[in-house]
Amino acid sequence: MNKSRNKNTIDITNESYLQTVFRRFRRHRLAMFSLVVLLVLGGAALLAPIIAPYDPEALAGPFAAPPSAEFLLGTDQIGRDVLSRLLYGMRISLLVGIMATLISTVIGVVLGLIAGYFGGIADMLIMRFTDMVMSFPYILLVLVAASIFEPGLWSIILILGFVDWPGIARLVRGNVLTLRETNFVKGNIVAGMPLRHILFSEILPNTTAPILVYATSVLALSMLDEAALSFLGLGIQPPDASLGNMLNGAQSLTVLTKQPWLWVPPGLMIVVLVIAINFVGDALRDALDPNSSHRR
Amino acid sequence: MTQEKEYVPLLKVENMKKYYPIKGGIINHTIGHVKAVDGVSFEIAEGETLGLVGESGCGKSTIGRQIVGLEKPTEGKIYYDGKDLTALGKAEMNQIRTDIQIVFQDPYSSLNPRKHIYEILAQPMLYHKISDKSTIDKDLERLLDMVGLSRNVLGRYPHEFSGGQRQRIVIAKALSLNPKFLVCDEPVSALDVSIQAQILNLLKSLQKELNLTCLFVGHGLGAVNYVSDRIAVMYLGKIVELGESKDVLLNPVHPYTKALIDAAPVPDPEIEAGEHGILQGEIGSSTNPPAGCRFHPRCPFATEKCKTTEPMLAVCNGVGVTPGHMVACHYADRFISEGKAGKV
Repeated sequence: MNKSRNKNTIDITNESYLQTVFRRFRRHRLAMFSLVVLLVLGGAALLAPIIAPYDPEALAGPFAAPPSAEFLLGTDQIGRDVLSRLLYGMRISLLVGIMATLISTVIGVVLGLIAGYFGGIADMLIMRFTDMVMSFPYILLVLVAASIFEPGLWSIILILGFVDWPGIARLVRGNVLTLRETNFVKGNIVAGMPLRHILFSEILPNTTAPILVYATSVLALSMLDEAALSFLGLGIQPPDASLGNMLNGAQSLTVLTKQPWLWVPPGLMIVVLVIAINFVGDALRDALDPNSSHRR
Repeated sequence: MTQEKEYVPLLKVENMKKYYPIKGGIINHTIGHVKAVDGVSFEIAEGETLGLVGESGCGKSTIGRQIVGLEKPTEGKIYYDGKDLTALGKAEMNQIRTDIQIVFQDPYSSLNPRKHIYEILAQPMLYHKISDKSTIDKDLERLLDMVGLSRNVLGRYPHEFSGGQRQRIVIAKALSLNPKFLVCDEPVSALDVSIQAQILNLLKSLQKELNLTCLFVGHGLGAVNYVSDRIAVMYLGKIVELGESKDVLLNPVHPYTKALIDAAPVPDPEIEAGEHGILQGEIGSSTNPPAGCRFHPRCPFATEKCKTTEPMLAVCNGVGVTPGHMVACHYADRFISEGKAGKV
C-alpha cells in the first residue's frame, strides 16, 4: 500500500555475494554459536604463549595434583600444568588440522581439475590412483612412514595431507564435468581465452562453495586422525603437547577413574572443536547453496 | 542478393560429417555411431545470413559447434576465408579464433554466475588487446549501446537480469571481439515471444550495421526467415533443400520442407488444424538412418526408387523456380511441374 514498507525489506539485488552468504549463515543460530566458540578457542590457542600460566614442558608442581587455585586444571603425572599443555596442545592440533586440510585441498583441487577437464587417459589414471589411496588403510601408511621418518609435527601434517585428498578430488572432478559443458565455458573457449583462464577464472570459482564445505569436514576429520595417531604414540611426540598425546597418558585404569582432570579436558576439547567445525560446515553448505534461500 | 558481385564465400563447408561413437558391450568398445551430421556442404558469402532449420536432433547445432571449433568434424573440411580450419595449427587458429563467435541458445547458462558483467565483457577484450585499461570503459559503453543496454549493467551479476537482457549481454560479448562471422545457435528459442522479436530485430540491425556474416540455426521458420537471406532445411543430418528464403518458404519443393511449413500454426481460427495434413511417423534413427532417401518412411510420395537410391542435393530447374534453388529429391522436377509440392 505505502511505498515506505518496501524500503525496509532487504534489497537483495544490491548486496554482494559475500553479504548474501553471511545473511543466510546468520540464520543458523547453532552455527553462529559454534563460530564464536571456534574463534574463542582458536584465539586462546593462538595466544597460548601469552595466556598460558606455566611453561607447558616445565615441571611446575607436584605430580598428578588435582585442580586447585594454583593449577586450574591440575598437573599431570610428571608435574606439568594441564591447562598450559591444553592450550599448547590445541595450538598443535589446530595447526595439524589446518595444514593437512590445506595440503589435501590443493592436491584434490589440482587432480580433480585435470581429471575433470581433460578426461580420457588422464582422468582414468587419476581416478584409479584416487581409488587406490582411498582404499588404503592410512594407519598402515603412517606406521611405515613413522618407521622411515621421525614421527613429529611435519611428518603427521604431510601424511594426513596426502591421505585426505581423494574426496576433494572426486568432488572437484564431478563439478568440473558439469561446468565444462556449460555455455559460458564454451563461449570463453570460442573467445580464445587461454586454458589457465578457463580453469582458474571460469571453472574453479564455481566450485569453491562445495570445496569449502567439504574442507570443513576434512578439517574435523584430520584433527580426529591426529588425535588418534598421537594417542597411539605415532603422532606428535612428547614433550610437545597435542590433544591426542595428552590422552595418551590416560591409558591406565587408575588415571581413568581417579584422575579425570588428565583426560577430560583434552577429550572435551576434541569433541567441542570437531562438533563446532561440523556445525559451521553445515551452515556454510546452506548459505552457499543458492537454492536454499527460502528455507526457514 | 549479391548477384552482380563476384561470389566469394567467407565460409565454405565441404562434406562435413560428425559421427559420435556409441560405447557399449562388456569391454566398452564402439558398437555404433550416431551420425549427427552426415555429409553436409554449403557456402556463405560475406555479409550474408544462412538460416539452418530442421527438427530437434537433425544435427543443425552440431554444424554450428564445429564451425566455431568446439568440436572437430569426423570428416570433411571447413574453409574460412580460404583457410581450412580443420587443418590449421594452434598459432594460426588463435589468429582467426576471434573472427568466429557464437551465441548460444540458453542465455541462462551463457554467463558465468560468479562474475559481474564488467568482468564478463572486459576480460576477453583485454586479453586479445582489442582494448586496454584506458579505453575499456568507452569501448564497453559503445558495445552496450549497440545491444541496447545502459552502462549501469556493468556492476551487476547475471542473475539480476531477465532472459532477454542476458541474451543481449551474450550478444555484446560475442561482438566484443569484432567477429566477422557469427553463429547464432537458436538464440531466441529460450525466450518469450515478445522478447524473441526484440532480439531478432537487434540481430538483424547488427548484421547490417557491422556487415556480419551469420549462420542462424533455428527451428522456427518464421524467426529464421526473418533474419536469413538463404535457408537450408535439414533432415537427419543432411540438407534436403537450400535456396533463397522467400523461395524455400513460398515455393518449397521438397515434401519435408512443405510439411515443416505446414506444421507451423496459422493464427486464424477459420483454418482448421490438419487441413494440410500433418506429417506422420517419427524422425528416423540417426544411428541407423533409413536406406535411400532418409525421408522416405514419412514421405507420402515415396516410391521403390526412394527406398533404395539416395537423392543428391542438386539444382532444380523448372518454371517459377529461382536459379540456385537446390533440392535433394528424385521427383523434384515433377513436383515443380505439377505444382504438387504445394500439397502434402
